[in-house]
Amino acid sequence: MFDKKKMEEIKQGRERWEQTTLPNWLKQSKERKDAFHNHSGMTINRVYTPEDIENLDYMLEIGFPGEYPFLRGVHATMYRGRLWTMRQFSGFGTAKQTNQRFKYLLKEGESGLSTAFDYPTIMGYDSDHPMALGEVGVCGVAIASLRDMETLFDGIPLDKVTTSMTINGPASTLLAMYIAVGDKQGVPRTQLGGTTQNDNLKEFFAQKLCIFPPKPSVKLTTDIIEYCARHLPKWNPVSISGYHIREAGATALQELAFTLYDGIAYVESTLQRGLKVDDFAHRLSFFFASHNDFFEEIAKFRAARRLWARIMKERFHAKNPRSMWMRMHIQTSGCTLTAQQPLNNIIRTTIQALAAVLGGAQSLHTNSYDEALCLPSEEAVRVALRTQQIIAHESGVAHTIDPLGGSYYMEALTNEMEEKAMDYINRIDDMGGAIVAIEKGFFQREIADSAYKYQREVDEKKRIIVGVNDYAIEEPECPIELLRVDPQVEKEQVAGLQKLKRERDNRKVKETLDKLHYSAEKDENLMPTIIEAVKAYATLGEITDVLRKVYGEYKELIVI
Amino acid sequence: MPMEKKIRVLIAKPGLDSHDRGAKVVARALRDAGMEVIYTGLRQTPEQIAETALQEDVDVVGLSILSGAHKTLFPKIMTLLKKKGLEDVMVFAGGIIPEEDVPELKRIGIKEIFGPGTPTERIVQYVLSNISERS
Repeated sequence: MFDKKKMEEIKQGRERWEQTTLPNWLKQSKERKDAFHNHSGMTINRVYTPEDIENLDYMLEIGFPGEYPFLRGVHATMYRGRLWTMRQFSGFGTAKQTNQRFKYLLKEGESGLSTAFDYPTIMGYDSDHPMALGEVGVCGVAIASLRDMETLFDGIPLDKVTTSMTINGPASTLLAMYIAVGDKQGVPRTQLGGTTQNDNLKEFFAQKLCIFPPKPSVKLTTDIIEYCARHLPKWNPVSISGYHIREAGATALQELAFTLYDGIAYVESTLQRGLKVDDFAHRLSFFFASHNDFFEEIAKFRAARRLWARIMKERFHAKNPRSMWMRMHIQTSGCTLTAQQPLNNIIRTTIQALAAVLGGAQSLHTNSYDEALCLPSEEAVRVALRTQQIIAHESGVAHTIDPLGGSYYMEALTNEMEEKAMDYINRIDDMGGAIVAIEKGFFQREIADSAYKYQREVDEKKRIIVGVNDYAIEEPECPIELLRVDPQVEKEQVAGLQKLKRERDNRKVKETLDKLHYSAEKDENLMPTIIEAVKAYATLGEITDVLRKVYGEYKELIVI
Repeated sequence: MPMEKKIRVLIAKPGLDSHDRGAKVVARALRDAGMEVIYTGLRQTPEQIAETALQEDVDVVGLSILSGAHKTLFPKIMTLLKKKGLEDVMVFAGGIIPEEDVPELKRIGIKEIFGPGTPTERIVQYVLSNISERS
């Protein structure tokens, strides 16, 4: 990237500096550590110079925003045109309570909804299932039937908001319910905008909320991708998720590599349906974590964009530039939050959110400072949203695109991230792909090892966590007010569900469920039959049970 | 000299939540400290946990939960352990458990609750110093 003569001068300058200025300083005071590393274990140099990016070809490897390889951003104007979507994940208690929280967030200036479901919903159990005991509405909203979904979006016109749903195993059923609510509101399906997480692969080694074995799980994911490509043009059918991989203990590098590999697997499974890559790839979206190491995170986001563009172009021969876009949702890292001195979490979240913005996120969720203790209170949620608004409107970082582009350090780190991620991708290819890697426990072991190593570093104080293993103070018991879900929620929810089961047309329900069973055995795309079933008010548990019968249930491969 | 018998620990995940990072890290730390560790895997019912504790003849049960269902599930587990004659088994717990729930959980027999940020070494030491030598 630099003139040969100038490079020679820089090299000589560096050598002179290393022999004169530097040793004098080192003599006076040693550096804090023998070597500095980021979370991914990469060695960080003392200083970066043009020498570190000497071979970088600006036009081929950096380029311009909105153009291949999209390193600097997928849009040509980025935040100068439109700010990122501020999307706060929320949901607890009954559909009615979450509906109120949604309306509150919209009123406070949030631009998109994001739904957290409770564990029974996530696992495809109705609220009255024995496994649901004590869990109904606790970690998210309980949705057992279309009736709950109607309440959840009551008074919220689905053509005016976009909705993200964090749901995987039963994603088809929840999307079917959303479509049914849209139909009732008179919103054309072509106008429905939002995202289903629907990334079942990462469930097996990261989030671990798996219902079915890997193969049928990928089939269900692919059903939604195919159905949306044909009928829901504004819907992001899958949010290929690194977030959970990271939270489970992976490094930034592992998060990057494993997430992109899952993306490759979904492209392959969808191509097998006879769709062309440019028919659906532009709707694949991604979801990453933003952890504490500021520059490492930004490099990860940038590398992810360039690597995905290259994979789409070179591996899958996409022609439409949009198929090469990696659009990303980012959430600040929940596992970095501490229960000790919880207000410090606001600062952590701010740094992580800033990395997400400098990394070019399309949407962002900022965590609330009290989340290591409980569900976030309204005040904590407001502070989290305000953090994004302050970055957007006060800090000035959104004035220009990819402000760290061209930094010797940032570009060198981005290159290293991409190269090492590609090494992992090649390894997984050699292993035989994502499902084989899951069955062998490869991802699971890689992540468990990194998680343990991280904890050892914290325990041995090689890694300082402020307020936890250093700078700790005596704290008053429970310094903040905790939000609790009333156990009454479970009773109400169960009563409502049982009432529904009495009142609906049970003959119709049975008919649609039988049809679904048949459809699943014939290996058809299940979306149309699931939409019929939810419209007959078949419950989530009933629909999932039909699929459990056909596909069987996943038995966890235990890797410590 | 008689062979010292290893402390046997069951690390169990009741409830539907899938946050197993902590449980696995604790399992490994106890194993590295020389204990026999059995990990149940996710989403175990109270009945399954008590049955595994019995079958595996453990000295210690560590319960990890982050879903908020501890107030419903822990009492059930404690009752079932007693029913199976395992009242001598030491039970500790970890996860997202609000401070104000701790007294009630201790009252039903859970010896200690380790919240977020606990060094694994403290859990290892706690187990070592609260288990009397097995004969």
